[in-house]
Amino acid sequence: MNATPLLSVRDLVVEFPTRRGTLRAIDKVSFDIAEGEVLGMVGESGAGKSLIGAAIIGLLEPPGRIAGGEIRLRGERIDTLAAEPMRRIRGKRIGMVFQDPLTSLNPLYTVAEQLIETIRTHISCSEREARERAVALLDRVGIPAAARRINDYPHHFSGGMRQRVVIALALAAEPDLVIADEPTTALDVSVQAQIIDVLKEICAERGASVMLITHDMGVIAETADRVAVLYAGRLAEIGPVRDVIQNAEHPYTRGLMGSIPTLTQTETRLVQIPGSMPRLDAIPPGCAFNPRCPQVMDRCRSDRPGLVQRGGRREVSCWLYEAAEKEARHG
Amino acid sequence: MSQTDQSKAPGRLARAWDSDIAYSFRHSPVAIVAGAVSVLIILAAVFAPLIAPHDPFNPATLNLMDGFTPPMEPNAFTGNVYWLGTDNQGRDVFSTILYGARISLFVGFAAVLLAMVLGIAAGLVAGYRGGWVDGLLMRVADVQLTFPSILLALLIFGIARGFIPPAYREEMAIWVLIVAIGLSDWVQYARVVRGATMVEKNKEYVQAARVIGAHPAKIVLRHILPNVLGPVLVIATIGLALAIIAEATLSFLGVGVPPTQPSLGTLIRIGQGFLFSGEWWILLFPSITLLALALSVNLLGDWLRDALNPRLR
Amino acid sequence: MVDTVLQVERLTRTFDVSKPWLNRVLERDEKQFLTAVDNVSFGIERGETFALVGESGSGKSTIAKLIVGLLKPTHGTIAFDGQPMSFESGAAMRNLRRRFQMIFQDPFASLNPRWRVGEIIAEPIRTFGLASGADVSREVARLLEVVGLSATDAGKFPHEFSGGQRQRIAIARALSSKPEFIVCDEPTSALDVSVQAQILNLMRDLQDEFGLTYLLISHDLSVVRHMANRIGVLYLGRIVEVADAKRLFTDPQHPYTRMLLDAVPDLALSGRRRTPVTGEIPNPINPPTGCTFHPRCPHVMDICKREAPPQTATATGAAACHLLTEPALPE
Repeated sequence: MNATPLLSVRDLVVEFPTRRGTLRAIDKVSFDIAEGEVLGMVGESGAGKSLIGAAIIGLLEPPGRIAGGEIRLRGERIDTLAAEPMRRIRGKRIGMVFQDPLTSLNPLYTVAEQLIETIRTHISCSEREARERAVALLDRVGIPAAARRINDYPHHFSGGMRQRVVIALALAAEPDLVIADEPTTALDVSVQAQIIDVLKEICAERGASVMLITHDMGVIAETADRVAVLYAGRLAEIGPVRDVIQNAEHPYTRGLMGSIPTLTQTETRLVQIPGSMPRLDAIPPGCAFNPRCPQVMDRCRSDRPGLVQRGGRREVSCWLYEAAEKEARHG
Repeated sequence: MSQTDQSKAPGRLARAWDSDIAYSFRHSPVAIVAGAVSVLIILAAVFAPLIAPHDPFNPATLNLMDGFTPPMEPNAFTGNVYWLGTDNQGRDVFSTILYGARISLFVGFAAVLLAMVLGIAAGLVAGYRGGWVDGLLMRVADVQLTFPSILLALLIFGIARGFIPPAYREEMAIWVLIVAIGLSDWVQYARVVRGATMVEKNKEYVQAARVIGAHPAKIVLRHILPNVLGPVLVIATIGLALAIIAEATLSFLGVGVPPTQPSLGTLIRIGQGFLFSGEWWILLFPSITLLALALSVNLLGDWLRDALNPRLR
Repeated sequence: MVDTVLQVERLTRTFDVSKPWLNRVLERDEKQFLTAVDNVSFGIERGETFALVGESGSGKSTIAKLIVGLLKPTHGTIAFDGQPMSFESGAAMRNLRRRFQMIFQDPFASLNPRWRVGEIIAEPIRTFGLASGADVSREVARLLEVVGLSATDAGKFPHEFSGGQRQRIAIARALSSKPEFIVCDEPTSALDVSVQAQILNLMRDLQDEFGLTYLLISHDLSVVRHMANRIGVLYLGRIVEVADAKRLFTDPQHPYTRMLLDAVPDLALSGRRRTPVTGEIPNPINPPTGCTFHPRCPHVMDICKREAPPQTATATGAAACHLLTEPALPE
């Protein structure tokens, strides 16, 4: 089974030139997203997960820029496209759901106008057809009385409803990939669950893949098929959700999972990882996690580990496994 | 079990030199030139008694026969040479410019200071108290804004004339000038500070101070004021240029400084009368000085506003 | 003999959210009021951590502000250690103020950016006249060490620290007046998960060491389960259930509590059965009649629409639900 993945990112490098030197915000990150798959991208603030989403869809804020690597959509490179061709891809083939529903929708236009404009930009059809599609879309994302409410302005909707509209907007042009950047962070817990369900179902129906960017491991557990863990702009670990969550291999992931309070644990003290994620201008040599790692070895301080295949589409970037893999191959 | 970097913090001067503002200054040719010109004029004005070859305010040293001497040419009657010539009363234009700039700068700084103190105080009170105090202060401000500031200054001048006995009018002229310009200018400071105060008031560090029961005056002065001063600095810089021009305008109109202590505006007024009879230097040099001063301060203000703006690039 | 540190009785706070007078006259609108806190009563015992949990519109932040005096109650009383809090100025109130403190949610806004860290921490010490001269800096240094920072940090400015470190500074400030009771308003919501673990562990250690009593406000049920002894669940300004912490999760009595628990993402991937969440939080300006939860309740009865349910004692604490006085709650 070696189908071309829908999205392929290889050795992506994103840099920010500042007057104090160039900062590397994303340092050689590689991953694939298969057709119809939900990939979770998890990391703490400053890890760079939002930047990856922005880089893929071509919305990196200057002076940030892609300084290396490739991004391929169905085999074609999109990171080198000029502004106009990229604009056509945006919306039509890659849709985006942003975090804050309040600012994602233009407060001066009705939902109908915004949906119809998006649809007609990417699909040639009459105004009436576009409206029918829009109503059907709103209905599908769970807005009651869609035909009537489509003529309302964004501020007439509550937070959760607005986010549903944003999801509808992202899917209006039937994209192949939807990038959702913290889609539920600004919402209440009870609404969060509803939005996650909607996103999951509607993407599964249309066969769209999802790249779900969040800091909330719980959301990933419920929604994603695979998860990628980011640390200081580098990939620490990537693999099927169940494996990574229940059997984390990278010491950072283990620390992360241990520090999350759950509804069922019984320990009185949470696992805490000492220190904090390094700032972009102070990333240590070798493995970025080495100052905080409970299993650090000498090698970690000088050499940066590559991605080690662990079988079952699982990869870890850690020297602990390099040795084991070598043994497995030669032993 | 320390979580932070133990290295010694760099010295204050080093930090200041390396700061974003200093960097922006060093890389902006306009700012550097404008800064240099302003500093030059200010220093020349401050050290006027040391630099000026003559004292233009002492009528005893003036010689009417020296009048109308062109620049760098010996006088037909006395043979004296003046760098920039003399005016109709025999005053050395160069010295008069130096002393005049002194007055202009003094009045300018003092007026801005007055406007700032009034405006910041009003803005803080209006922003923090809100309610009817805010409403009242802002309506007063609105009413004042409907008058052009020069007219307002003239009005204040007229009122002052009515109050001050003639004997003191000359001495008090400068102070009245300062009050007139300052009072006509406070509103913009008040507005900016009020807006910024209303934003800061709701921030959690202010709430933290209220929780421990700190006195409202202490909260306003020690917590809020340092955080709202940023934009004030920009306005003040541009306000200085405007105050200098206002003073020149009022002096030009004849209601500013007394004619025995001419400022740049007075010189311009005098010079304007003689422009078409050929004594061009009486008008030209003071005008260039005023222009250079006002323009460089203005450009500095522009640069400061851009430098203090959070960069979105 | 129960030692009650804080007793809140029938606390109510209403906001006037009417449009300006002129608009009301021209548009013939009525005055509008928002009841953010509605008849809330609870007590906190010395040494315990009492948590208030709720989503947006529940009134939990308003209650925090009422308790520390940032807002005045419309009705009801607050008593600290038996003494009623009037929040007027005066020596009695000053003495009371010294005994409680507050930690805020946003670590970036809760510290004055123009003050040095040492001054920020010393402010309560100076305001209450607890020390002077060199003793102040000694005390500040001690507090910095207690929260895991270093004494040399006193000369730095807040922007030189990360979010987690700033929250430690805020905790040091809260401790500087040697209070007995601390109100913690979402202290870790703005922090990454691994940093959250550090701060929560720190708060527990401090509680053990100094015998502190906490009122913990949060929307995160997992955090609350980890930290609290007793939990109150808020919905639209009313307490719907109060229970012992662990038992709230194993034996929830109120349908809203059950809905909240179901909505929390399942990190253990146990595949537990979840009742889908219905509806959203209604507009607090026009709340539903009777029991405000009735439009979303799966067990709604006629009486729920007419009468607000009274607080009924249960095995785990108390809850306000008609089902408790009517047939047994179905499993």
